[in-house]
Amino acid sequence: MPPLAPDLSALAAPGTGAIVLDGVEKWYGTRDRLVHALARTDLSVAEGELVVLLGPSGCGKTTLLRMVGGLIPPTSGTLTVEGTPLWKEGARQDAAVSELGMVFQEANLFPWLTIEDNIALPLELKGVARAERRARAHALMRLVGIAGFETRWPKELSGGMRQRAAIARALSYDPHILLMDEPFGALDAMTRDQMNLELQRIWMETRKTILLVTHSIGEAVFLADRIVLLSPRPGRIDTVVDVPIERPRTLDTQGHPAFQSIAKALRHRLAEIS
Amino acid sequence: MSGIPLDEPAPPRTSGMPGREALLPWLTTPALLFVLVGIWHLYVTETEISAFILPSPASVWTAWLEMLDSPRAWRHTGATIYVTLVGFAWALVVGVGLGVAIGRLRWLEQTLNPFIVATQVIPKVALVPLFVVWFGFGPTSKIIVAAVLAFFPILTNTVLGVKSVDAGHRDVMVSLNATRWQIFRRLELPSSLPYILTGMEVGIVLAIIGAIVGEYLGGNAGLGYMLIARMNAYETDSLFAVIIHMTILGFVFYFGIGALRRFLIPWHASSGR
Repeated sequence: MPPLAPDLSALAAPGTGAIVLDGVEKWYGTRDRLVHALARTDLSVAEGELVVLLGPSGCGKTTLLRMVGGLIPPTSGTLTVEGTPLWKEGARQDAAVSELGMVFQEANLFPWLTIEDNIALPLELKGVARAERRARAHALMRLVGIAGFETRWPKELSGGMRQRAAIARALSYDPHILLMDEPFGALDAMTRDQMNLELQRIWMETRKTILLVTHSIGEAVFLADRIVLLSPRPGRIDTVVDVPIERPRTLDTQGHPAFQSIAKALRHRLAEIS
Repeated sequence: MSGIPLDEPAPPRTSGMPGREALLPWLTTPALLFVLVGIWHLYVTETEISAFILPSPASVWTAWLEMLDSPRAWRHTGATIYVTLVGFAWALVVGVGLGVAIGRLRWLEQTLNPFIVATQVIPKVALVPLFVVWFGFGPTSKIIVAAVLAFFPILTNTVLGVKSVDAGHRDVMVSLNATRWQIFRRLELPSSLPYILTGMEVGIVLAIIGAIVGEYLGGNAGLGYMLIARMNAYETDSLFAVIIHMTILGFVFYFGIGALRRFLIPWHASSGR
């Protein structure tokens, strides 16, 4: 495989796709200086696609994801979610945000709610009736593989199970898009492999569009249709890599020649840019 | 010592089955009490000290039983309970309300902070005569004393609770399009409850102190008044009885908040599950 080079043709034209970033840029103001967190970035994620943002720390990948999630506004540029601009005259557009489900590095379950109530929380906020909430929560708990823990407190579950619950919560209101910020970063290696398999299965069953941030090369190659490699200071897209490995991928896929050559090329490129 | 390395966590205590440590206070508390009362009794009989200075445990016990039998004593108890609870309720409402506002609004905290520190530094008990002058000898002045004393710990703990809301939890609510009210009701309030309850535990005890000190200085009702009346009548055994009565009242209130804690926040480590 040739060394990776910037491949701008892989970026879809602005205006199409489930998530579209058009010239999105982010500056942070600290007490005495401005930090350029993300340089002008164009990116488009197609409907049903699983795109992984990969990069060393400080490359702005989390900043990018949080901007897509509407948690922080971009300094300039436009963000479009399912054809709706995320920000309009400085105001966040709730219609766009409700197409997004977020999963964070920490499960962020509320300790005062049972697992079932945690998963149903988004529905409760939207005023869905109790019976429907319960039915939906139970179905999702089966989907993510934690049925039977409905009435437990979050602290009674393992880290992997809590993260499954967090995924179920993000899916509860059936958003079209899942945004995942290093969702398995806090898990041990074995649980992490397991969760990657589970996420692939959930993705194949639900056909959501997924934008996932990681700093693990193995996780990126295993999960992604397309890997967007970011480089730091300021954060910007360095390379975009397609991962043409058939699905469902298994743990054995890591021995696949394509997997290994992509992982190797990414590793070399990462060493150059970080 | 067994060969267990030091960094290994202690095996988790199984809930529902109290270990030896959980049972210990049920034995040691009565035993220690028995020893202390025994020493008291021996001291009184051996030194033949005047009953006016130190009455015997037996006469205190008799005085307390008489008190339990007296409707007048119960009216005084009722008055103190009323003043304590109403004062505490005011402290709770204002303390939590202001605490939430201060915890959320940085400018409000900076504006009010000097005044809050000032109210904390003033010996509040010194204000009691002023309250009597302003609000008379009735229950109002005592309610205000109880409320002022209970207010501060509730306020500071609420502020701390609201500020301690997990940033990740906040992200979840924001990403779910939660309204400001929903963020308060579903996140800030439950997340702050353990802190608020801690403030309430301190506050209820201070409210009783406020009520009693208020009763010392004005009016003719309440256990505080009763205490002064007994002192003036040189009935030291009854004086002791009133003190015991107050202590029990304090325990009841304190454990009431503890029960509230287990009911409201069974998920929290402080509820001991």
